Amino acid sequence: MEILKDIWGFLKTRKKFWLLPLIVILLLLGLLIVLSGSSAIAPFIYTIF
Amino acid sequence: MNEIILGISAYYHDSAAALTINGKIFAAAHEERFTRKKQDSSFPVNACRFVLDEAGVSLGDLTAVVFYDKPYIKFERLLETYHAFAPAGLKSFNSAIPVWIKEKLFMKDNLRRELSKLGREGEKIPQILFPEHHLSHAASAFFPSPFKDAAILTLDGVGEWATTTIGYGNGNKISMLRELEFPHSIGLFYAAFTYYCGFKVNSGEYKLMGLAPYGNPDAEETKSIKRKILETLVDIREDGSFLLNMDYFDYATKLSMTNDARWEKLFGFPRRKPEQELDQHYMNMAYAIQEVTEEIVLKLANTAKELTKSENIALAGGCALNCVANGRLLKAGIFKNIWIQPASGDAGGSLGAALAAHYIYFKNERNEIDPDDSMRGAYLGPQFSDLEIERVARKYKAVYQKFNDFDELCDKTASLLNNDTVIGWFQGRMEFGPRALGNRSILGDPRCPDMQKKLNLKIKFREGFRPFAPSVLEEDIQEFFDITTKSPYMLLVAPVVESRRCKIPNNYNDLPLYERLYFQRSDVPSITHINFSARIQSVSRKTNPRYWQLINKFKEKTGYGIVVNTSFNVRGEPIVCTPDDAYRCFMRTEMDYLVMGNYLFTKREQPNWSEKDNWKEEFKLD
Repeated sequence: MEILKDIWGFLKTRKKFWLLPLIVILLLLGLLIVLSGSSAIAPFIYTIF
Repeated sequence: MNEIILGISAYYHDSAAALTINGKIFAAAHEERFTRKKQDSSFPVNACRFVLDEAGVSLGDLTAVVFYDKPYIKFERLLETYHAFAPAGLKSFNSAIPVWIKEKLFMKDNLRRELSKLGREGEKIPQILFPEHHLSHAASAFFPSPFKDAAILTLDGVGEWATTTIGYGNGNKISMLRELEFPHSIGLFYAAFTYYCGFKVNSGEYKLMGLAPYGNPDAEETKSIKRKILETLVDIREDGSFLLNMDYFDYATKLSMTNDARWEKLFGFPRRKPEQELDQHYMNMAYAIQEVTEEIVLKLANTAKELTKSENIALAGGCALNCVANGRLLKAGIFKNIWIQPASGDAGGSLGAALAAHYIYFKNERNEIDPDDSMRGAYLGPQFSDLEIERVARKYKAVYQKFNDFDELCDKTASLLNNDTVIGWFQGRMEFGPRALGNRSILGDPRCPDMQKKLNLKIKFREGFRPFAPSVLEEDIQEFFDITTKSPYMLLVAPVVESRRCKIPNNYNDLPLYERLYFQRSDVPSITHINFSARIQSVSRKTNPRYWQLINKFKEKTGYGIVVNTSFNVRGEPIVCTPDDAYRCFMRTEMDYLVMGNYLFTKREQPNWSEKDNWKEEFKLD
């Protein structure tokens, strides 16, 4: 996946490795938001927050 | 082999494409002009097609495609901002992140997909480069400028992190020297006031600037607003850097600009609702914020001077369209010469990105520097032949008169202008940048006291207070205005000369808005703003010979080498691009005549406009 390579390159260049867990969590969260068109997932988002 | 570069700005606001060939600016256009959607942010497929067709090249001929910012660093800024403000910002996060997950993180793939639609089947897609947002702005300011070296000041809302930069350009190099970062942004600061005064963010900033002179400089309220801004909202340092008090600004975490409750408590009046009647509070506020903005710009310019020691300054970024601040910068004399990119907003980033790639990435020398500049008058868009004008005339069964002699047409048009009529003027290549510079313009007689009212209310259908700009023969500029330089892109404001001004009553600043507005202030009242200022376009015979010829004819008849020039559109509509757009706009409004190429259309001779379109429904108010 080119995007993973690019994101890794970006973290390395910017020396922002501390963002990695944030990116993973936010990407997963974001994924849930994207999928939250289905109402079954919506309450889950509220639970997390 | 030619080095052909396509620059693109897209996905935020004001998408555009620009093409350079061996570093020469060949063509550029805003996507909104083709799609007729104001500030269209989608991939500029039409603008890309136009610039490629104009050059007669295809995707496979391109050396590189350059996108005007770095998406990952922008994403980094978003993540760090949400992290810093968490748990505040959830709503904004919910709106922003899905867009990133779905689209913006995959920018390279998106661009490749969109670009592949422009090429032939199986055609190779060139390399895609991503310069930083403010480098794109800086490149758009410096490389086309007439300067061998210059300080570069870029000011806008926000790019990746940077909101303001000071740089130095020399030859084919740009060094970034200072940078201010989000959330401390002069563009967003000004936009917050635009929002609070009831105008639309990202397009209403011009209105706020136009409203500022209606503020009463002597009123206690104006002084108090300015004091509160400086004491509570912004901490400005001597070098022009500043910190915003984020307790009062919501844009970092919410979907609005200001914390309305805190602003109301601070200033003592609520946010104005859009289209609500304008009262003196908002005029005074506009005056105060304009002054504060100018002070920041001057301090930044002083720092730029100290850092670079250059005699020249080049500006770009959305805030460089604040022509009042530009005029003040010119007058301050910090720099001997000033040049402002006419497409200073994000659309111009497409051009800057292409030029940055040419000079910085591909390391080409910058040997030929045009003493005027290399923007070709900003006439970089599409042009249309007689055949296409006639086709539109046939489509609408329009009645027209064709002039084989352009001089005769200018003579006729100048006579019509002299009779207080309003004329749509459509010639040659469309302008790149937000201003109409005499190729897609509506023109009037600046001596006519009612022209400002007529143009605002009957032609443009916009707010009555908004001023109009003059186009003046370059050689006559000092006959009308107190300015020492030319202003080809309508980006400098200067006062009308004293000798042309009328005496105003002592209580002028205390009069109600419309009494002040309709008071005759000079012998060119429709372009003299309420404080005697004007946003000047000087017209050069070399750059736009047809427009120059018309104004010169008007001068021969009247002694005035100056006309009113406003963009050819109605409120909320992008500036017309094609003869079809122009004819439709002409027929929808109370314009009296339309001149397209060598053709004259007289309104009263046209068939009834039976088209069921309604511009108020088609175009959202800006």
